[in-house]
Amino acid sequence: MEYNNQADQTGEICVEVNGLWKIFGKKAGEILNSDIRFESKEAILEKTGNVMAVRDVSFSVTRGEFFVIMGLSGSGKSTLIRMLLRLIDSTRGSIRVNGADILKYSKKQLRSFRRHTTGMVFQYFGLFPHRTVLDNVAYGLKVRGVSKEERYASAQEAVETVGLRGWENYHPSALSGGMQQRVGIARALTINPEILLMDEPFSGLDPLIRREMQDELIELQDKVQKTIIFVTHDLHEALKLGDRIAIMRDGKIVQIGAPEDVITSPADDYVREFVQDASPAKVLTAGGIMEQPEALLYEWQGPKAALHTLRDIKEDYAFMVSRNRHLLGLVTLNRLKTVIQNDGSSLNEAFEPDPPTTSPDVILEDLFPTAAEADYPIAVVDEDGKFMGEIQISSIFENMIQGKEAHADE
Amino acid sequence: MSEFPRFLNIPLADWIDSFMDWVLISFSDVFDAIGHVFLMMLLNIERFFLWVPWWLIIAFVGILAWRVMHKWTMGVVMAGLLVLIGSFGYWKMAMMTLALTTSAVVVSLAVGIPIGIFMAKSDLAETIIRPILDAMQTMPSFVYLIPALMLFGLGKVPALFATLIYAVPPVIRLTNVGIRQVSKDTIEAARAFGASPRQILFDVQMPLAVPSIMVGINQTTMMALAMVVIASMIGARGLGLEVLLAINRIEVGRGFEAGLCIVFLAIIIDRITNALATQQQKNLES
Repeated sequence: MEYNNQADQTGEICVEVNGLWKIFGKKAGEILNSDIRFESKEAILEKTGNVMAVRDVSFSVTRGEFFVIMGLSGSGKSTLIRMLLRLIDSTRGSIRVNGADILKYSKKQLRSFRRHTTGMVFQYFGLFPHRTVLDNVAYGLKVRGVSKEERYASAQEAVETVGLRGWENYHPSALSGGMQQRVGIARALTINPEILLMDEPFSGLDPLIRREMQDELIELQDKVQKTIIFVTHDLHEALKLGDRIAIMRDGKIVQIGAPEDVITSPADDYVREFVQDASPAKVLTAGGIMEQPEALLYEWQGPKAALHTLRDIKEDYAFMVSRNRHLLGLVTLNRLKTVIQNDGSSLNEAFEPDPPTTSPDVILEDLFPTAAEADYPIAVVDEDGKFMGEIQISSIFENMIQGKEAHADE
Repeated sequence: MSEFPRFLNIPLADWIDSFMDWVLISFSDVFDAIGHVFLMMLLNIERFFLWVPWWLIIAFVGILAWRVMHKWTMGVVMAGLLVLIGSFGYWKMAMMTLALTTSAVVVSLAVGIPIGIFMAKSDLAETIIRPILDAMQTMPSFVYLIPALMLFGLGKVPALFATLIYAVPPVIRLTNVGIRQVSKDTIEAARAFGASPRQILFDVQMPLAVPSIMVGINQTTMMALAMVVIASMIGARGLGLEVLLAINRIEVGRGFEAGLCIVFLAIIIDRITNALATQQQKNLES
């Protein structure tokens, strides 16, 4: 009943990070074995000249999950994501991917891991300026030794997936920032990796393009269902995209949770400050605030039985569904009475076929236009048209006010 | 009068002399073999340049200049300079000089690019090689003539060897610089996709270093050409020898003519290789 973006924690674990540390500098080992390691980043830098980038980080990501790592610059998030494919080697800890400890991989195993299991998208795109878009996209397969014909075929497919058809033979410099990052995403998709690592992929783009790319990424994820680990410094982006969010500060993860948990119950002052100006309208979803109606009407019911039900629950409307709970329409008390007066025998004459509906993952903000026009509650239906619950117009605003109070109170 | 104390004297010259003696005795076979290879290459290139009809070379240079500089007037100018060399009566000499220069450049690239790559890959190598390159470029070029003479005797081979030592530093330096300036982000991306160091070198670093390497080739060629006159002192024939003879006999006109021919060759080679380098840079940017 309670629908939210929380990942299915019973799902198969794909990436598991345990007690991971990274210290840049020559005294890394020494620091790890002394109590200095608990001191602040600045203190460590002053005392030892070394930089504490990631400290004692543990988390796990399930298959198909969209996991966001969020933090300000210097929080260690970019270092952390690089450690996941050993672009940066860790000082201590373990990283298991599908059960195998990648820190124990030989150079050859590591290359094979990078060629097949992970695909990475970079903040500054990291495209090859001397190669065409198609060659850039095909690069992962070239490294694997796939034949030209085959890799161009796959690359072409990826180019079309990200909407760059017609740009195959241009060089990256001819493309806008947003388009270049599409190339970056296509390059990562071409190798069909299990895990997609994205390091602030949209930070360099202007806000409009950024939003568009986020929407497309959500759409894409629906299609490809990858495990995505996504780094960002933008809270709204994290809330919008993540199934779960890990918030990093000073190299540590201070909270991990679903977007709504992070907003409604921030783990400490740091997170609270962070989420202070996050509008609940941008976080809470239709699925999160919907309720179950006291009664539903079924298509085989007669008008009189329906009238009885409405009187019973003291409402002037009810949603009508088919045998397998597909939403058919909205039955109102007035219509129902008219039908009965005219001796109508079927409910089919009494319902309005296209009541306002929404899907469960729509955020409240996007619900406003629908709400403004609706005379009755909004029905929440899943992608197959199955009825999941209803939202009273008044409850949209109640939820927003409560959401605000939840973190203003403390 | 204050004199520098004797006990601080370092007999470097003596050491070098005995080192050279030792090298000569121990490795004479090696140097003979190297000398033979150099000679064969040089002779073949020279034969080729003298075999190709003069008008074909002029036409080739004219068209090449036009294509790479995108201006037909430049093609005409470059071809015109070659015609002038011919009309001064120095065609054959110019071809010999060109052959020596080409050989020196070919060997310079064969030796210099791998050294440049090595230097880019290792910071230690860079710290060691850099001062050596500085020394090679600042040392008066006449100094190279002596060991070249000792190792290979008189003739074309020692001339080639001396030219090589003088001309190789730019291509090493610019290969190193070209590879090192490739953006870290680009290399990181290649690594992230599982590229091996070899794949990174050939797929990413070398192609992106090409414009820089082209500048190195241009400079190396210019230096090789400049060294040709000096190399004639140990037996290289060609324009350099003409200049040398003119100096010995104080024939101003002859010296000027031959000198002018060298200048023309330099202009032609410089403009064409320079245009190629710019074109490479543009290819990367577009």
